[in-house]
Amino acid sequence: MNLIEVKNCYKIYNNGVTAVADLNLSIKKGEFVFLIGASGSGKSTLIKMLYREEKPTKGSVIVGGINVAKLRNSKVYKLRRKLGIVFQDFKLLPKLTVYENVAFALESIGMNSKDIRPKVLKALESVGLKEKIRSFPNQLSGGEQQRVCIARAIVNEPKLLICDEPTGNLDPIISKEIVNILDKINQTSETTIIMATHDKEIVNKMKKRVILIENGVLADDSLKGSYKDHENN
Amino acid sequence: MKIIRLFGRGIRDSFKSVLRNFSLSTAAIACSSITLILVAISLILSYNVKNITKDLEHELTIVAYVKKDTTEEQINELKNILEKMKNIDSYTFKSKDEWKLEMKNSSETLNTTLEYLDENPLLDSFIINVKDVKHLKETSTEILKNDFVSSADYGEGMAENLIAAFEVIEKVTIIIVIALVLVTAFLISNTIRLTIFSRRSEIEIMRLVGASNITIKIPFIFEGLILGFLGSIIPIIVTIYGYVIIYDHFNGHIFTQFIQLVKPFNFILYVSMILVVIGCVIGMFGSYRAVRKYLKI
Repeated sequence: MNLIEVKNCYKIYNNGVTAVADLNLSIKKGEFVFLIGASGSGKSTLIKMLYREEKPTKGSVIVGGINVAKLRNSKVYKLRRKLGIVFQDFKLLPKLTVYENVAFALESIGMNSKDIRPKVLKALESVGLKEKIRSFPNQLSGGEQQRVCIARAIVNEPKLLICDEPTGNLDPIISKEIVNILDKINQTSETTIIMATHDKEIVNKMKKRVILIENGVLADDSLKGSYKDHENN
Repeated sequence: MKIIRLFGRGIRDSFKSVLRNFSLSTAAIACSSITLILVAISLILSYNVKNITKDLEHELTIVAYVKKDTTEEQINELKNILEKMKNIDSYTFKSKDEWKLEMKNSSETLNTTLEYLDENPLLDSFIINVKDVKHLKETSTEILKNDFVSSADYGEGMAENLIAAFEVIEKVTIIIVIALVLVTAFLISNTIRLTIFSRRSEIEIMRLVGASNITIKIPFIFEGLILGFLGSIIPIIVTIYGYVIIYDHFNGHIFTQFIQLVKPFNFILYVSMILVVIGCVIGMFGSYRAVRKYLKI
């Protein structure tokens, strides 16, 4: 069963730049997919369309049964409650502790306060940060901050985890740790993960499905692919 | 139930945010306080000016002199006519003997002159207060049409000039109040927008984790209300203490006994209420505008 269906999708910005052109792809439930491509290739636009930060100009993007192209602004929250997003720049609130940052996601969707605590602790435990719940983001390393970001993304047990270059600001060792955490989430909870990255080493090591985007077009889609394969193409 | 929980959480979060962003909140409150003090001063001044002009307007009367040989019956008939006239608020009858006594008391020369005369040369009269001083001339002309009235005097020329001056003063004070309220609205709204601007990442994260627009708006709108309300507290204290002190210092009058200040109670309570309403409404509106901007996708 496909969780993501992109059909004849175009994204043309107001300045006339075509970021995505006639893109077709589908991602099954429980898959771990790497999205690769050079800067400006259109992968970030595709990622943004998946969580409806951008709207397709033409075609359809269906995520968990919701057609993003037809989704009204006031209903976007319904889509976003079904997914988690991990950012390159973490997007943590500096004045909140680790616990509060993760709880903020559940408070924002109106969850009962008595249900929040166990869920937050569980999410922080799964990323190995249960001991740092009272720390503030500036007291954490880059890797730890990214793990808080992952905990915040998975705390609501989403069907889909969208990771926009989550290792872009991290050193290779920490990057591997982050990807291992994501892999563990994918295997234990069957959360579908789509991860945009430039990190060749990680892509080559993980042997997962790799989608290459070039000039807004799907250039290659190979199971157990690698970054090297695409470089050779 | 869900709505009650939503509002409850909104109020709780807004209090938390005010404390968490203490320095920005303090700046917003200070800005609101300063501008609301200006509004309070302008409200107090304009209302006092209006009150003073009203008092002075009340002093403008028509004195209608009754013809010399008018009988008592005819005077009663005249009273009936005056009572039926639309613009007449009240009148008092002043007999020629009362005039004579008043004139004798006012000056020694007049006293001596009037003593020499066998007959009282003065006339019976009506001192008339009108409802609308703008129609003083028309009312005077209408009274004069009556057969028993010999003349109707209202200080022609000077009265019109005074009325025109009062109108100008009233308009100017209204314009000043409106201008100050608008400036206040702009300043408070923008200061609160700046505090929200500094927290746009918070709004962004709320959006990304799936908070609905209404869930995002409510705490910020309450926060604007709280900041506006807190910003109105100092101006209210300044208004209450300041006005009572000024009123007591001048004994309720300025310049002369004729120019009376408005009594502090309930006047300052109304001014205080206006300040709270302006602070809260503008605070909420400023927050709403700022949040709405960051909710556009």
